[in-house]
Amino acid sequence: MTTANVNFKVHHVARIEGHGNIIVNAKDGKIEEVKWEVPESPRFFESMLRGLSYSDVNFIAPRICGICAVAHATASIEAAEAAFGVKLTEQAKLLRDLLFDAETLTSHILHTYFLVAPDFFGVGSVIPLAATHTDVVLRALRLKKFGNNWADVLCGRKTHPLSQVAGGFVKLPTEEQLKGIKDELEGWVMKDMVTTVELFKTLKFPDFVRETEYIALTKPNEYAFVGGQIGSSDTKPAPVNDYLKVTNEFCVPWSTAKFTKHMRDSYQVGALARFNINHEKLHPKAKKVAQDLGLKAPCYNPFLISAAQLVETMHVVENSIMILDKLLSKGIKQETPEVKVKAGRGVGAVEAPRGILFHDYTFDDDGKLIAANIIIPTNENHNSIQHDFDKLLPEIIDQPQEKIKLTMEMLVRAYDPCVSCSTHMLDVKFK
Amino acid sequence: MKPRVAFFDFTGCEGCQLEVLNFNLEIVDLINVVDIVEFREASSDHSDNYDIAFIEGSITTEKEIERIQGIRNNAKILVSLGACACTAGVNALKNFYTMEENLKLVYGENAKWYKTIPARPVHSVVPVDFFIHGCPPIRGEVIRLVKCLLTGKKFELYHDPVCVECKLNENICVYEKGQTCFGPVTRGGCNSICVNGGRHCWGCRALVDEPNLNAEKELLARYNLTVNDILGKYRIFNGTLEVAKS
Repeated sequence: MTTANVNFKVHHVARIEGHGNIIVNAKDGKIEEVKWEVPESPRFFESMLRGLSYSDVNFIAPRICGICAVAHATASIEAAEAAFGVKLTEQAKLLRDLLFDAETLTSHILHTYFLVAPDFFGVGSVIPLAATHTDVVLRALRLKKFGNNWADVLCGRKTHPLSQVAGGFVKLPTEEQLKGIKDELEGWVMKDMVTTVELFKTLKFPDFVRETEYIALTKPNEYAFVGGQIGSSDTKPAPVNDYLKVTNEFCVPWSTAKFTKHMRDSYQVGALARFNINHEKLHPKAKKVAQDLGLKAPCYNPFLISAAQLVETMHVVENSIMILDKLLSKGIKQETPEVKVKAGRGVGAVEAPRGILFHDYTFDDDGKLIAANIIIPTNENHNSIQHDFDKLLPEIIDQPQEKIKLTMEMLVRAYDPCVSCSTHMLDVKFK
Repeated sequence: MKPRVAFFDFTGCEGCQLEVLNFNLEIVDLINVVDIVEFREASSDHSDNYDIAFIEGSITTEKEIERIQGIRNNAKILVSLGACACTAGVNALKNFYTMEENLKLVYGENAKWYKTIPARPVHSVVPVDFFIHGCPPIRGEVIRLVKCLLTGKKFELYHDPVCVECKLNENICVYEKGQTCFGPVTRGGCNSICVNGGRHCWGCRALVDEPNLNAEKELLARYNLTVNDILGKYRIFNGTLEVAKS
């Protein structure tokens, strides 16, 4: 029987994108309150986008989130293409996937090295590590820089992308540039990835299990990132147009971000959900990374989202080498994106680094936006974080307050929340 | 003692902070000359004691007004970083609707739980010492400002419109491709990155000092356009400027 009194509030949890608070209040070992609070200032994109032409909508949609700008741009563009019935050429499709891989790599490296790893080294940020673990920091920086440069080659600028538009690309990379990216991927990047896995193998992730529903895009023959069907651990795949039946958004008064649920109290999206649903379609080296990190599907430990991100990082390295081989064997052809606007509605769905993302637009005859609905992965995970808290806190309530606080912050960080998308999040408040 | 630098995020996408992280290897050099004491996106360390505060994002709630006033009181130098801080950026698009309408559209019947005010740039709430424009800002400009502050040099913004750099980059004029462009009146310093990438200028770096508006009107006339034709588009990044409201 515990007698712990635990009261804290972590205000604006650090090392997440956006603002969130953790509130814990326990008396004599009895938990009175444990809450995940999202006080991010709402942005109102769905209101703001009205009246803009589709191309302006596609251009400013990435401003929802600086970190996953390519994911928002791609979902936005796919929604417009679905509404107008635009078909992509094989080359444009490959370039889109290649650009998407670049963002997945960059975002996962940023998250695992800069936002997650400091907890395991007992420091507040990557800055002190620059002095004590210089090789680790330099490796992280060069991998991230490589991912940024790779995206820059394809879309002009990763934050916020320029050259990718509805129907394809207005500026194409040269074969020389693509060859350069491929050489780096096959050379030092692959080596750095092996070293990265060696490092993360030595970190001990908290032991915690909560089985829930997992939702991710799925395709028959590939590990899906752009398009496909909505896969679930609990149901058969559903078409993306039926996304509202899956997300079922609802408001809670303590959060400016909306919550979601499907078959159970909550569902999880992101790298671990993708891994659980699509692991069989991973490339061989990525499968090996999963083995090395002790990750087996289905995995119910949310702290291992970070491990799944590393598996995916290896997967996108392998995947992009394959895409580059295809592009280079055919040579880059000059082509101009063609879009004929018409009134209609379209849904775009992609797997942002943090999970499944939907943009749903309705346009008028001139291609101006009439209505938008955007569902962001971090919002889908809020409810899962809350249910993890409900199960986790009683299991660790006997530990010192600082330890409880850190473990709960680590849990939130594992989800890699990107609250500014929706709003912001991360503060633990012990009241 | 090294100057203490803090980064704060208000309403925005946090892409500006990300661009600072994207200094990559230069960030290692940066932390040799300044102490970064607050950078929530990347660090748990927290401090109210700082010399230079970089502000990202717009002011869109009453709470944010209080928060920015507190930061202004603590900071010797306050810098608006990026379009959302400098002009309210894309956030100002919501100002063209009533706040009730925005809330109702996004939150439906639960709209009453939430609060919002029209988006404002930071300098409309507290005095701002320096502006780093752009969505996102250009990395080199942030570094240049820090260097100027450290060495006591005067920091000046780029004075010419985007067209100057665009011509040097030998781009075909966007108007010739049948699109509109805000390059003629927008502050350069971005190396015309959007036009280089196959697009046009959206004016994210705000108006250049003393823009030649007559020349812009003549240019529009040459392509059978009027100011009204492009106003809606100009509001995307400059909705709080008087010129975009009329």
